[in-house]
Amino acid sequence: MNKEEYLSIVKKYTPKENKIKNYFYAFLVGGLIGFSGELIKKIIICLFNISAKDASSWTSLLVILITCICTGLGFFDNLVSKYKSGLFIPTTGFAHSIMSSSLDYKKDGLITGLGSNIFKLAGSVILYGLISAFIMGIIKVIINV
Amino acid sequence: MYKFKNVYLKDWYTIVGPLESKSNLKNYNQTINDYYYGEKTFEKAEIKMQNNVLDNLLEKNSPELIIGSDLLNQLIISNMSLKNRNIPYLGLYSACASSVGALITLSSMIDSHKIKEGLFITSAHNLTAEKQYRFPVEYGSPKPIRSTFTTTASVGIVLTNKKTSYKIVNGTIGCVVDSYLKDTSNMGGVMAIGAAHTCLRHFKETNTSPNDYDLILSGDLGKAGENIFKELMKRENFILKNYKDAGTLIYQNKDYSGGSGPAVLPLVFLSNIINNKKYKRILLLATGSLHSPTLVNQKNTIPTITHALTIEVIK
Repeated sequence: MNKEEYLSIVKKYTPKENKIKNYFYAFLVGGLIGFSGELIKKIIICLFNISAKDASSWTSLLVILITCICTGLGFFDNLVSKYKSGLFIPTTGFAHSIMSSSLDYKKDGLITGLGSNIFKLAGSVILYGLISAFIMGIIKVIINV
Repeated sequence: MYKFKNVYLKDWYTIVGPLESKSNLKNYNQTINDYYYGEKTFEKAEIKMQNNVLDNLLEKNSPELIIGSDLLNQLIISNMSLKNRNIPYLGLYSACASSVGALITLSSMIDSHKIKEGLFITSAHNLTAEKQYRFPVEYGSPKPIRSTFTTTASVGIVLTNKKTSYKIVNGTIGCVVDSYLKDTSNMGGVMAIGAAHTCLRHFKETNTSPNDYDLILSGDLGKAGENIFKELMKRENFILKNYKDAGTLIYQNKDYSGGSGPAVLPLVFLSNIINNKKYKRILLLATGSLHSPTLVNQKNTIPTITHALTIEVIK
């Protein structure tokens, strides 16, 4: 059997994902998290009387804390399988990826396990985040000159 | 194809995981209620599962050779559970096709009078496999519906040269076939082409057709792979009526395509099929996807292998 023929059979019988449903869930859940982040920010501003910039940082920290606790208690992964990638919007997803890797490898030793594997998934986000920040920074400097 | 004159199934022992104990399986010896099984790591839990199977089987049987297999790198689970047992041991890796591969090897050793009794041990643990092949356990990355779920179980089988009700008739060792696919989620699609390759060879070399078997049971093709396999066989003019897939049979959950892992085929065969009076002559097709995350990341297509074994129930 040649390659094209086999690939067409595989394509024919492989079940298709319900993409519209997944998009909808991701949009709804992602939006809901963004919305609650904004809500937390507003509450912090009202309660502690601090600037919007400081309140944003506190909100991020709070979201990270909540995500890490959920991952640690072991139900964030169930939520992810249910609500798909909507939960992976940057702050929650990033915290969850670091937390899940560290949970997996903590028993392999602090250096050889946790230390070398904690950024297993988040490493690429950090690397390419830094590179794009660097490039954007250079572009900004050029524009300003 | 290799014919065996005097090889029989003597004894077996099965341990299943928490999800599997609530599945369609009928008879199993023992179940574990949590994935840690009283140990500190999942790997140790899997070793304990194999140790339990071995302890139970070695009480009543005295194999002269043990073949072990599991999914983890360097076959660490089997290596650890066989430690200090003072029985000759051979590790064998054909991914999920290991079960039949090992049974054919043991049968040849028994049939050529090199040993009188041999034991095959295998296990899979969903979370150790996920950790090695995919993402960290707690990450819970969303899985597409075409993906299969690694079955947590450990199975041990004892073969002997003394007559019992279950005779091993013949077996075919498969060839490694290229699946042309790079998608590690679509294991059914990867393995179906290998299954068809070995199945056709087995039919040709034994001069049989699907109607000569009461049941053709494939390993872990899942719903997607099952249909691809049937289509491939149909194109070679073999209509499979009495065909089932162990991976599709095992779970009630419809979120994924079925169960996978080296334990699925022997588990479903021993718990649901072997004592079903309907089936007298059974063809087992153990399907294995020989993928490694490294080679897939380097943009290689996934190779696959399938081994076939005919078993007769005499009563």
